[in-house]
Amino acid sequence: MNATINYAELVYALRPEIALTLGLLLALGYDMAFGRRMSDCARRGVAVLIGIVTLASAVFQTLHTNVPPVGHAAYWFHGAFVYDTLAHGVRLGVFGLSALTLLLIAGSIPHSALRTPHFKHPAEYVAIQLLATMGFSLMAVSNNLLIAFLGFELASLSLYVMAGFDKTSRASAEASLKYFLFGGMAAAFMLFGFSLIYGMTGTIVLPEIARALAVQGPSPLLLVALVMVLVGFGYKAAAAPFHQWAPDVYQGAPAPAAALIASASKLAGFAFFARLLFSGLGTVSGDAINFGGPAGWIMAVIIISAASMLLGNIAALAQTNARRLIAYSAIAHAGIMLLGVIAVRAEGAGPLFYYALTYGIATIGVFGVFAAIERTAPCQRISDLAGLWKRSPFLALVLFVCVLSLAGIPPLAGFFGKFYLFAAALYLNGLMSPAGWLAFLAIAMSAVGLYYYLVILKAALVTNATAGTSASTEKIRVPLGTVIALATSAALTIALGIWPDVVLGLFK
Amino acid sequence: MSLLPWTIYLSFAGAFVALVAGARCKCAARVTALVFSLAALGVTAFAAFDFTPGPALQTLVNVPWIPQLGVSYHLAADGISLTLVVLTGIASVAGILFSWNIEENVGEFFALYLALIGGVYGVFLSADAFVLFVFYEIAIVPKYFLIAKWGSTNREYGAMKLVLYSFIGSALVMAGLLWAFASAATILKANGYAPSFSLSVIAQVAAQFSHAQQLGMFALVFTGFAVLAGMFPFHTWAPTGHVAAPTAASMLLAGVVMKLGAYGCLRVAIPLFTEGYAAFAPVIGWLAVIGIVYAGLVALVQEDFKFVIGYSSVSHMGFVLLGLAAGNLASLGGAVLQMFSHGIIAGLLFAVVGRMVYERTHTRNLADLTAMPLHKLMPFAAVVFVLAGLASMGMPGFSGFPAELSILVGAWKTSHIWTLVAACGVLIAGAFTLKVVHVSFFGKANVFEGSQEKARAAHDFPPITWPEKIGALILVASMIIIGVKPGLLLNWINPALESPAFQAAMNALKGGL
Repeated sequence: MNATINYAELVYALRPEIALTLGLLLALGYDMAFGRRMSDCARRGVAVLIGIVTLASAVFQTLHTNVPPVGHAAYWFHGAFVYDTLAHGVRLGVFGLSALTLLLIAGSIPHSALRTPHFKHPAEYVAIQLLATMGFSLMAVSNNLLIAFLGFELASLSLYVMAGFDKTSRASAEASLKYFLFGGMAAAFMLFGFSLIYGMTGTIVLPEIARALAVQGPSPLLLVALVMVLVGFGYKAAAAPFHQWAPDVYQGAPAPAAALIASASKLAGFAFFARLLFSGLGTVSGDAINFGGPAGWIMAVIIISAASMLLGNIAALAQTNARRLIAYSAIAHAGIMLLGVIAVRAEGAGPLFYYALTYGIATIGVFGVFAAIERTAPCQRISDLAGLWKRSPFLALVLFVCVLSLAGIPPLAGFFGKFYLFAAALYLNGLMSPAGWLAFLAIAMSAVGLYYYLVILKAALVTNATAGTSASTEKIRVPLGTVIALATSAALTIALGIWPDVVLGLFK
Repeated sequence: MSLLPWTIYLSFAGAFVALVAGARCKCAARVTALVFSLAALGVTAFAAFDFTPGPALQTLVNVPWIPQLGVSYHLAADGISLTLVVLTGIASVAGILFSWNIEENVGEFFALYLALIGGVYGVFLSADAFVLFVFYEIAIVPKYFLIAKWGSTNREYGAMKLVLYSFIGSALVMAGLLWAFASAATILKANGYAPSFSLSVIAQVAAQFSHAQQLGMFALVFTGFAVLAGMFPFHTWAPTGHVAAPTAASMLLAGVVMKLGAYGCLRVAIPLFTEGYAAFAPVIGWLAVIGIVYAGLVALVQEDFKFVIGYSSVSHMGFVLLGLAAGNLASLGGAVLQMFSHGIIAGLLFAVVGRMVYERTHTRNLADLTAMPLHKLMPFAAVVFVLAGLASMGMPGFSGFPAELSILVGAWKTSHIWTLVAACGVLIAGAFTLKVVHVSFFGKANVFEGSQEKARAAHDFPPITWPEKIGALILVASMIIIGVKPGLLLNWINPALESPAFQAAMNALKGGL
């Protein structure tokens, strides 16, 4: 490693981020110059279009990056950035997911629309979402505690704003504040953990940390650092027992913002978490294969994962609010993704990536349907979905596909994600290992999950909206942007389920 | 033979076409469904004439699907698969004829119906554990909507209970299969092979699993499938679900979906984990005979006509499980024959009760029915029901006789007590069948004062329609043909049971007991 600073390499490493920055400046500048003279609809359309084009160019830049073969990684800028198949996949994934959620805010609003003030400043919304996306992208390539933290915070701060973008809604403000308070605390924990790790090893570059820790071995201080990092990450990922903010945020935030929080944010977060744990702290992981092996973070991750699956699935049973239900199901899914983090040891990041990606796509579908319904009538309680099949067969069909994918029914992507992830966990030592027990718990809990997913689908497809219920019977006109986003997520959910090797091919 | 996979594709294509056609016109949806299911039956018949019985699974399609996991889209058939595919074809056509009178959301109904059928065909034809499992789960969700949307008594409860039982069963299967796959992959990798989900590959490697692994995997996979086969004490979903379901769905549930479970036990659990099979066969045998007698006794005291049939299904499926537990050529062959026979008979019984009787009388309460002289009001239904009842009791000349006889003969070689208890079950079946025939169809008017109004209204019953008559005739004919010439199917089934995989399982059992 030479001491000269090669800025060309830095630019090469961060081309997608540069594209995003230019795009967000363009969106803001255009809106400032011409936006006020345009109709609301056109203004929103232009902002979304700029956002989509920006994300497309970021995808283009990513596709023109040299990806090292599977199992190898390229390091840039003195090891600050790493590029491997996981980073490549996550970048493409977050740009795609971000584009899907952006499309949800495009399109005209019918006259009967409820107040939807977050559409009043579309360019700001788009700009902030692009900033968040930049944070995700940085997390994907960071190989260094500091860059990772910057990425985390860039994304989180943008997401706080997006959660509170509906300025006239109390729920939205509450969501934003809760998210901010919990997120800020999580950031503090995580940073404290990072600083302890730095203090012990004298480096912030992940592979060097691993080398230093391999020499030092486990120590009480390291234990404190691990706990801090896990607590911080647990908050960010909404894993139990650090999940309390999630239901309120999912309920109160504007649907497109909630969709981004549930999709791209998860994908980037878990990818970085897996990288941190394996390439940074891999030497102090402990044993996932046998009971009673050396202690390490694996046992802690297993406990958090089991707690998330149990709490998420069981608490979801009691929900009457559709969005809170999805939030609790997200907690349960976070538990499964934590199992995926452990399974990285056996099969690499492929199962985790596939799971997080397809989970994100299906969740965007669900939130997109909620957003579309909200244009004519409130969509909070499960009973608000009644008669959806009559009101809009398209929305009902998308909901059917996406919710069944979340439930893990073949041939949808959610099924294969689950199947592959559990298979990877069982590679470790069948059902006779801690990871195997966790996988068995996850499989058992999926039956609990099916119950509440069917409750949603029953409301949408079986129950008729009658005069006694709150649900409207008005037909729903779905705007073009939403149609594109929803049709894409449903089609991807089906296609990736039937041809999973399209995604898995990246990793093997 | 190579046409057989088209049964799957035709069913799924039919589901899509019916959904589209149903949006325009109800009749189009019905005709579409009938045409596609007839086409699938035609393909099956064509394949059946072309079929040379033999011990090996005859590969129909085999293309790599997900190389990362060693999954191939591998479909194959032997005599056992073909028997059940024929059953599915007949039951699906009959089911569509018996649901000709569905008026609400016709397109959606037939779309879900055909999607379910497609999944069932897929399970019977899979030779890869992953493919089998995928089709197995595809068949779960349509059941929920068929029952919850078009069902009757307590439909949402029944639908949810049924689907959760099925899904918990499939979760156990998934855990067991994944465990087996992961353990097999470790062994395969150590010897320089790629991991594989192929049933035959796993079966070969499974011999090297430890005893504890064999027991654990067999327990998970067998229990998971047996839930769907209605094994005591996991059978309670069956009566509730059957009663709540619309006629065609009850016909399918009892007729073919319960067979999915039994087929999974026979095709996956038994040949893969022979040591586990040998260890658990006594337990299964006892649960089977308890189920036969218990469900029969419960059927004896039911007030609801459909519950009687629902419990009788559980009782008859007990014979299948007994055949599996006894584990010799006669009992396994009998078990497969019983799957076919019960599929036809249960379909017919549910058709008479759900479609012919309930749709006209609007009651299934035996006390109400006995006040209507149904044998005079609907003689056709009465004749069909008596025939189906005779078959269900195991009368010679009907398909139930050779099947149950073969199972009992096989079981006698393994355990005399099981056979004696199961024989009591046959008597109980006779008792509840005769009772229900007598009470429901040959009741006397004016027995109960309170029911007179209903009895009077009874004279305005619409006549039995042509689709019903054709559907009933198809089922009666299959029942009698197989009863008179069981060799037609046994000539397919027995060679298949002579394959090395089943022979290994039977030998393991001989050593174990």
